[in-house]
Amino acid sequence: MATMNYATQVLQMLAGALLLISFAMLAERRSRRLVTLLVWQGVVLVASTALVAATAHQTHLYYSAAITLILKVGILPWILLRLMRKLGIERDNEPLLNVPTLMLVGLVLVIFAFGLAQPVSALATTITRRTLGIALAVVLLAFLMILARRKAFTQVIGFLALENGLFFAATSTTYGMPLVVELGIALDLLVGVFIFGIFFFQISEQFDSLDLQHLESLKED
Amino acid sequence: MEIMLVLGIPLLGAALLALVGARRYAAELNVAVSLATLFAAAALVVRIIQSGPMTVANEQFFIDPFNVFLVALTALVGFTTAVFSRPYMRIEEEHGRLSAGRLRLYHSMYQLFMAAMFVALTTNNMGFLWVSMEAATLSTVLLVSLYRTRASIEAAWKYFILCGVGIALALFGTILLYVAAEGLLGGSGMSALLWTHLNAVKGQLGPRVMGLAFVFLLVGYGTKVGLAPLHNWLPDAHAEGPTPVSAVLSGLLLNVALYAVMRCKILADGALHSALPGDMLMGFGLLSTVLASFYLWRQRDIKRLFAYSSIEHMGIITFAFGMGGPVANFAGLLHMTVHSLTKSAIFFTAGHATQTAGTQRMDGIRGLLALHPSVGWGLMLGSLAILGMPPFGVFTSEYLILITAMRDHPWATPILLVALAVAFAAIFSRVQPMVFGDTDAKPLPHSPALVPVFVHLVIVLMLGLYIPPALAEWYRLAAKLMAG
Repeated sequence: MATMNYATQVLQMLAGALLLISFAMLAERRSRRLVTLLVWQGVVLVASTALVAATAHQTHLYYSAAITLILKVGILPWILLRLMRKLGIERDNEPLLNVPTLMLVGLVLVIFAFGLAQPVSALATTITRRTLGIALAVVLLAFLMILARRKAFTQVIGFLALENGLFFAATSTTYGMPLVVELGIALDLLVGVFIFGIFFFQISEQFDSLDLQHLESLKED
Repeated sequence: MEIMLVLGIPLLGAALLALVGARRYAAELNVAVSLATLFAAAALVVRIIQSGPMTVANEQFFIDPFNVFLVALTALVGFTTAVFSRPYMRIEEEHGRLSAGRLRLYHSMYQLFMAAMFVALTTNNMGFLWVSMEAATLSTVLLVSLYRTRASIEAAWKYFILCGVGIALALFGTILLYVAAEGLLGGSGMSALLWTHLNAVKGQLGPRVMGLAFVFLLVGYGTKVGLAPLHNWLPDAHAEGPTPVSAVLSGLLLNVALYAVMRCKILADGALHSALPGDMLMGFGLLSTVLASFYLWRQRDIKRLFAYSSIEHMGIITFAFGMGGPVANFAGLLHMTVHSLTKSAIFFTAGHATQTAGTQRMDGIRGLLALHPSVGWGLMLGSLAILGMPPFGVFTSEYLILITAMRDHPWATPILLVALAVAFAAIFSRVQPMVFGDTDAKPLPHSPALVPVFVHLVIVLMLGLYIPPALAEWYRLAAKLMAG
């Protein structure tokens, strides 16, 4: 029981780290650093999944930790960095409006997430169930990021952070979805990022910029 | 066995068409693949009629009256759209809007999209339902931006981000569903995600978690149905993509997404023992119907006009399913069928009208009847059908929905009637000058394939006058299934 408690505490610390990274992303201006933060989120996910696998003796979680490691710490950041280099947006700064307001809205979202997660946490049987609130908060913060950003590239990072939150929700409430389903989700994600890449080129070819402010001609008229 | 053919033929076709590329016969091959899928779907229907519902491949797939009817409809519209797209895309290529390489992408993705929809319809696994819905989005995103114009790229981006975020919510809902079921069905295996197993124990699922799960699933899949206020992507994607893609998005994808919502609703109904899921569907449905019918007035673009009309009709169907009960469910299923057939027929004629006039703006399209009588009549009859004129089938289903609403929810009837009247006035006043009126445009180089339009309209007309007993029985079984 002692090791269990110890593991739970480490897990809660990792969950906290995940939340902190989400807040950092919300306030980060530079695209390059956003990718770094995304990689860190991936690392935390791998660590927490592996830890849950070890303490709860769930072998299939080792596989999903391995998939996460390959996909989210390896392939996806590599694709994103390559795209950045090709499009020449490595040093891009994005002006952010009102960071304090964004943080405050973020805080409210976190409280809301905890409230929402309460009944589900009570029902779940996993050792990690207390962290569901954090997982939901990560999802909502990623939403906020997608809404607040104007650049296509940052929106995609927000989208991937959203998926990280969902993955964390799955491991923390149920010890993960069945492996085959998780493989399917990973495949969709990978294809999605490839399509994002194709899009970046289409957008920058047509609009000479990845700024979505140019993308506002389709208004109701 | 038949089910494997239904899933396998489009997949194989996608690979073949990617290999064949831009050869001259690619469009014919696309038609052939779709026809083969239609035959396989017909075989599947015969099989189900003979031996009743069944599960296949370790219970990973299952077929019951509800989804087999959608499989048949999807295969039919998939085939007719392929027939329509053959001359249509050829004209687009000659107008220089498409290159050979993009046609390869188009044909291959078209089949992949069909395959994804068939998986979504037949899978028994709620996780795979999510994966295949996402795959259906991914395969059509690049089709929406096929013309690579600014507007089309913008539309595709919006489609991608909005549906991506929406479907992420549905994933969260699926996870919650799994949480609710895991304690009952065991967490290690697939059992807790299999719909048939969930359906068997739905009375014991935790109501609070299931309520939360249903909200997420409804909002998530509802984004893809185009329910207001999450409908923003739909008019853009329909207007900017090539017309065959608009036809299958509107006629098929929306139905499949609504099917996913309904599967979840059946479970939520059983777990919650309350009218909440139905009320939520009714609310979203009514809001979509009303908003869309007023937005119709502001449209200048022919494809946007009919895209908004799709939102309106999906709203009506959602409202009908929300009311529940055998009559409303029956009417909803009938409306799904006739809307899908009519709307794709309208998009076919609208596509050729656009090609004739060289613009999608409605004030630039005139005198269709003089140039191409078949296009003109197709658009006129299609519009009358979608507006609920008797004797077309849309009238029958809308009538059934209205009388059920009058009996069970009288407050909703005037709202629905006003929305229908507004939509009627908006669409009819736009279509009339396009069909009649004078023009100096030249006829099209290839004669348009309008057989699909009239096949669809004849079926819709038939459903308005006489529903064959076998089909009626089928709707009734599906309606019973949906009532739980």
